[in-house]
Amino acid sequence: MNSPVIDLAGIVKTYGIGSPVETEVLHGIDLRLAEGEFAALIGPSGSGKSTLLNLIGLLERPTGGRLSIGGRDTATLNEAEITQLRGRSIGFVFQFHHLLPAFSAMENVMMPGIIARGAADDELEATALQLLDAVGLKAHAYKKPSELSGGQQQRVAIARALALKPRLILADEPTGNLDTHTADDIFALLREFNRQTNCACLIVTHDPRLAARCDRIVRLVDGRIADDLPTEKETNP
Amino acid sequence: MKFRLPFAPLVALRFLREGRMQTLLILAGTTGGVAVIVFLTQLITQLQAQIVDRVLGSQAHVVIRPLEEANRRAIDDQGFATVIEPRAQRLRSVDQWENVARLAAGMEGVTAVSPVVTGPAFAVRGQANKSVALMGVDAERYRRIVRMEEYMVAGRFAVDGTRAVIGTELAKDLGIRLEDKLRVALPNGRDELLQVGGIFDIGNKDLNRRWIFVTLPLAQSLLDLPGGVSNLDLTVADIFEAQPVADRLRGATGLTVESWMQTNAQLLAALRNQSVSNNLIRSFVIIIVALGISSVLVVSVVQKQKEIGILRAMGASRSMILQVFLIQGALVGAVGSVLGSLLAFALLNAFSAIYRNADGTPLFAAELEPRFILMAALVATGVGLASALIPARRAARMDPVQAIRS
Repeated sequence: MNSPVIDLAGIVKTYGIGSPVETEVLHGIDLRLAEGEFAALIGPSGSGKSTLLNLIGLLERPTGGRLSIGGRDTATLNEAEITQLRGRSIGFVFQFHHLLPAFSAMENVMMPGIIARGAADDELEATALQLLDAVGLKAHAYKKPSELSGGQQQRVAIARALALKPRLILADEPTGNLDTHTADDIFALLREFNRQTNCACLIVTHDPRLAARCDRIVRLVDGRIADDLPTEKETNP
Repeated sequence: MKFRLPFAPLVALRFLREGRMQTLLILAGTTGGVAVIVFLTQLITQLQAQIVDRVLGSQAHVVIRPLEEANRRAIDDQGFATVIEPRAQRLRSVDQWENVARLAAGMEGVTAVSPVVTGPAFAVRGQANKSVALMGVDAERYRRIVRMEEYMVAGRFAVDGTRAVIGTELAKDLGIRLEDKLRVALPNGRDELLQVGGIFDIGNKDLNRRWIFVTLPLAQSLLDLPGGVSNLDLTVADIFEAQPVADRLRGATGLTVESWMQTNAQLLAALRNQSVSNNLIRSFVIIIVALGISSVLVVSVVQKQKEIGILRAMGASRSMILQVFLIQGALVGAVGSVLGSLLAFALLNAFSAIYRNADGTPLFAAELEPRFILMAALVATGVGLASALIPARRAARMDPVQAIRS
C-alpha cells in the first residue's frame, strides 16, 4: 500500500494564543487514513470533530504536530500551495449543502474545475453531466439549488465534491438535516463512489447507525482519540 | 466551441445578477454621475468655445500700436518735488510699419497681418450726423482678421476709391440703402463723400453703428496720416497662444502689443472660474459615485461571505476572490459610463431644443464628442476599480472557516 492519504502525528490546535481565553482544542492527534478507507469520525459536541476536519481539509493550520495530505507535508507549503492542494485533492461535503445559489446544479459541480483550470471546458461539462447522472439528477442539471429538494441539493454537493476525482472526501454530517430514508441514499452514494474511485473518506456523523456501516470508527473525546476501531462486519448497501 | 467566461468574470457577473436591486441602484448612481460629468463638460466646452468665437469674431487676436507718448523730466534732480502730467495721445503712425508688418508676418504662429488706419469722424446725411470710427483697411487683408464677408447683409466687403462699407445700425439711423451717398466730416475740417457698397451686421449693435470701412489711402489722407497706419491687426493660429506671440512681438519691436487675452482679461477670468467650478463639481461627483460603488460592494461582500468561503474551500485563491470583486466594480463603472453617456446625449438634445440664441439658432449643438465618451468610460471604469479595492481586499482576507460557519 502506498503512502496514506491522511497522516497526522501529534496534532495540537490551540485557539486564542496569548489571550486570557487560550484554549487547546486538540491535544496530540495521531491518525492515518489509507486510500480507499471509509472511516467515521464520531464524538460528542465540542469534542473537536469539526476542528479536526477543518485541519485535515486545510482550511485551518495546526498549532503543532505534523499534517500530511496525499503524502505532502503541509508545514512546508505556502498559502497558495495549500489552496491549490485543497482544491485538487480534497472534496468537501458540508452539512448544509453549501451550494452557490447563483449557479445551476451543473455549474456548481463544475466550479472546482473552473477554479482549477481558469474556465469551464467541454471535458468539465461532460464530467459534471456524468456525475449528476450518477447521483440521479441528470434531469435537474440546469436547475438552481433553490429549485431542488434538500436531498437533491446534497446529491449535487456530493457530485461537486467528486468533480476533480479527489483522493480524499471530507464530509461534515452530510446527512445531518435529512430524513432517514434520504440519509441512507446519500450515504450509499458516498460509499459507492468510495468503492469506485478508491478515494479515502472521512465522515463526521452523529448517527450510530451510519457509523456502523463504515470500515472504521474513530471516536474523539475532549480533543483526544478515545478509540479507533474497525467495525465488526461490513454492511453492503 | 462555445465561449466560456473565465472564473473571475463569470462569478462577478453572477454575483451582480443575483443582487438585482443593489446592482440596479449602484448602476443608476454611476449612470447619473457619468451623465452629469459628460453633460456638464460638453456643455461648458461648447459654450466657452462659442463665447470665445463670438468675442474674436469682431476683433483681432493681437494688435500692434505705437508706444504712448509720455512726459519725462529733463533733469534727473533728486530732492525736487515734481508733478508729471500725463499727455494727451494724438493719432500717430506705427513707426516703420512696413518693416514691423514683415517681422510680424514672419513670426511663428502668426497667420495674417493687416494694417489699419482708424480715427474718429462724423457721418452726415441731411440734418443727421453720427459719430463714427473711420476704418481704413485693405479689404483683402482685413478679411483674414475679421471674417467680414460672413457678416454682409447687402453688397460686398470691398472698398475702392470712395466706396465704403457700413453697418446695419448706421444705415438705419441715416436712412441709407445700398449705393446711397454719405458724407464723412472730420474734426480737422476735411470731408469726403462716400458711396455705400456694402452693409454688414457683425452681431454687435455698437460696432454696426460705428464702423465705416474705407480704403487705406483715403483714411490716411482724411486722418492726416499720410503713408502711416495707426495699428497692425494680427491673426494667430492658436488663439490661446496669442499672449506669448504678443510678448515676443513686444520684445522684438518695442511697440505696444496687446493680445485679445489682455483686452478681454475679465472674460478670460470668467471662463477660467467657470472651468474651476466645473472641475470642482466633477471631482465631487466622482467622489460620490466612488463612495456609492464602494459601500454597495462592502455590503455585497458581507452578504456573500458564505459563497466566498465555499469558493475558497473549493480551491479559489485569495487573488481570485479579489479579482471577482474588482471586476464587479469595473463592470459597474463601464456599464454606467455607457448608460451615462447616452443619458447625457439625451439631456443635451433636450437642452438644445429648449435654449436658443437671440436669432433662434440652438445655443449649442446636441453632439457628444467621442473623446468625452472615451474619457468618461476610462474614468468611470477606473473609479469603479478603485472603489472596489477596499471591499475586494476585505473579501480576499476572509477566513474560509468563519465564512462557511456564519
